[in-house]
Amino acid sequence: MLTLFVDYTIAKVTIGAVLLGIISGVLGSFAVLRQQSLLGDTLSHAALPGVCIGFIIAGTREMASLMAGALATGILAALAVLVITRRSRLKTDAALGITLSVSFAIGVVLLTYIQGTGNASQGGLDSFLFGQAAAILRHDLWIMAGITFAALALVTALWKEFKLVVFDPSFAAAMGLPVVALETLLTVMIALAVIVGLQMVGVVLMASMVIAPATAARQWHERLGPMVVSAAAIGVTAGVVGALISAQGQGLATGPLIVLCAAVLVAISLLFAPRRGLVEEAVERWRGRRQLEDRQVLSTLYGLARRHQDPRFSAERGFVDAYYGVRTRKALEALHAQGLVDRFRAEPDEAEYWELTEAGVEEAERLLADIKGRRA
Amino acid sequence: MLASLMERIPVMIMVTGALVGMAGTLVGSFLVLSGRSMLSDAISHSIILGIVVVWLLTGQQTGPIQTIGAAVTGLLTVFLTQALVRTRRMRNDAAIGLVFPVFFALGVLLLNVYARDVHIDEHTVLLGEIGFIWLDNITIAGYELPRSLVAMSAITLVNLLFVGVFYKELKLATFDPMLARALGFAPGVLSYGLLLLTSVTAVAAFDAVGVILFVAFVIVPPATAYLLTERLWLMLVIGCLVSVIASVTGYILANYWDVSIGGMMAVMTGVAFTLAFLLAPRHGLLPRWWRARRDAAHNRAAIDDSAEAKRPS
Repeated sequence: MLTLFVDYTIAKVTIGAVLLGIISGVLGSFAVLRQQSLLGDTLSHAALPGVCIGFIIAGTREMASLMAGALATGILAALAVLVITRRSRLKTDAALGITLSVSFAIGVVLLTYIQGTGNASQGGLDSFLFGQAAAILRHDLWIMAGITFAALALVTALWKEFKLVVFDPSFAAAMGLPVVALETLLTVMIALAVIVGLQMVGVVLMASMVIAPATAARQWHERLGPMVVSAAAIGVTAGVVGALISAQGQGLATGPLIVLCAAVLVAISLLFAPRRGLVEEAVERWRGRRQLEDRQVLSTLYGLARRHQDPRFSAERGFVDAYYGVRTRKALEALHAQGLVDRFRAEPDEAEYWELTEAGVEEAERLLADIKGRRA
Repeated sequence: MLASLMERIPVMIMVTGALVGMAGTLVGSFLVLSGRSMLSDAISHSIILGIVVVWLLTGQQTGPIQTIGAAVTGLLTVFLTQALVRTRRMRNDAAIGLVFPVFFALGVLLLNVYARDVHIDEHTVLLGEIGFIWLDNITIAGYELPRSLVAMSAITLVNLLFVGVFYKELKLATFDPMLARALGFAPGVLSYGLLLLTSVTAVAAFDAVGVILFVAFVIVPPATAYLLTERLWLMLVIGCLVSVIASVTGYILANYWDVSIGGMMAVMTGVAFTLAFLLAPRHGLLPRWWRARRDAAHNRAAIDDSAEAKRPS
């Protein structure tokens, strides 16, 4: 009986996490590429007054009306940001901050108002702050699924248009596309993603679900299509893992766990993604520096040989060190491995002597010609 | 005795709210002017981790050292955000939105785990308890004052001192960072000082207004003032006035409707902003619209006149 209950809860939570991952990954990709990452933060905080208004109107904790309220205030908040940036001298950051904090404050006031009225079913309204995945009802999942599939259908139907608006809005306008309408639609759909996330991660941390999967996916792909698909996959992974840990019933809030999972995936992507990964970049840079050092030592040897008018002039390593200013053993070993220099000792002298091979002379001349060519 | 105390409590609450707004305005003005308002959001969300960690380490939540310790997480968020931007793998806004939720999430999870040991709950985190500040008093010079009030007074003074001493430098670094650098000031150091003070203010204000409403006290009064004046010092003064008005009216309305006091004060900053947005003499929506209409009518009249003059009589 208990296992049945647990399995049922886990199934619900998993489905919810999958839906949230898909919609926030897909729509977050557009938001991040349009440099509207923090709009998700503002819209999600603005969902709180909407939830409260929905509750006041419906009189119960009925998901559909709470979500409708959240959507309405989300859209109003987006409108407020737009109006403040267009019609005052304040910049986007201030518009986002003002809208976020004031609408959240309205939400807090309404929340305390509802608590003051003593409505018995108000318990659990504040679970929307941090999310409580285990409290999701089967009925709620149907609504979340409906919204997710509607959003996916819209993105698929308007794929080319959205793509153009994201990457080249002025060209899109020149093509005769309704750019403003399309941008509005993308913004409204972020509000949709937020309301799907209401119960899973809550209003405070939803911003992360809009940004993290898309940013992680961006590291792996250069093309929009694969990026959107990966973002959805990353969102789903973070959502499911986080929600399942939370559903173990340790009293850990779902939202923070999902956000931390997403952050781990972002860190992995930043470090290890092919081509853009930071680890690969560091290795490349290190390799490049080594190669440059090798070449400098080679051309130093060549310069010495020319000065002495002896192509087989052998230089003592300490001498090269003094000339070049760093320890050159590694560089000389690397050049030796490439067959460009040769080592010999003149017993009983302890010191190491190095001379250029035929190939080494050729390589040094090629390098210097290269540099001269570039300078010319 | 009790009656006089009861009379004083509303005053103390209003003063504390006004101080949060004034301390916030002093640092927030420069954030708004340099287009970094959302850093206050990031900082205030992340200090929750610092507060919980400091609490777990020292068993105390208040005190100068605890406050600065907790404020370090705010600064750490800014460092990490800038480090992410410097990798050139993401834009500034995405970096902000990636870092602070992680700090906030860690803070909330620690609260979940150590719920029994920590007396802060998730509600305080978000809403603060400005209505109950008089429950935690300290005695200074024979007067029993709420700890929050004392802490906010101190931090307001510190912020005032900082802005007063570095006024010229802050002004230059805000309006022309390139020139500031060329003249040999260190805009970076100054900016970190500003952000550290923002973090410290957020920690000090935490008990009273929580971490999210704090954003309203930092951003909204300066933004309101920015619509009303062209001068920096006047912007600071107006911002402080807006804070005072918002906390007084907010307290009265919150009592009247029996709702969250901190929330209502933050809402009132929003009301002040809306009024300035609509009615500010030079930048307000309505005066501008009215001027445009008058000018249009004026032009039309001029055109009619010239048409009249050209018409052969």
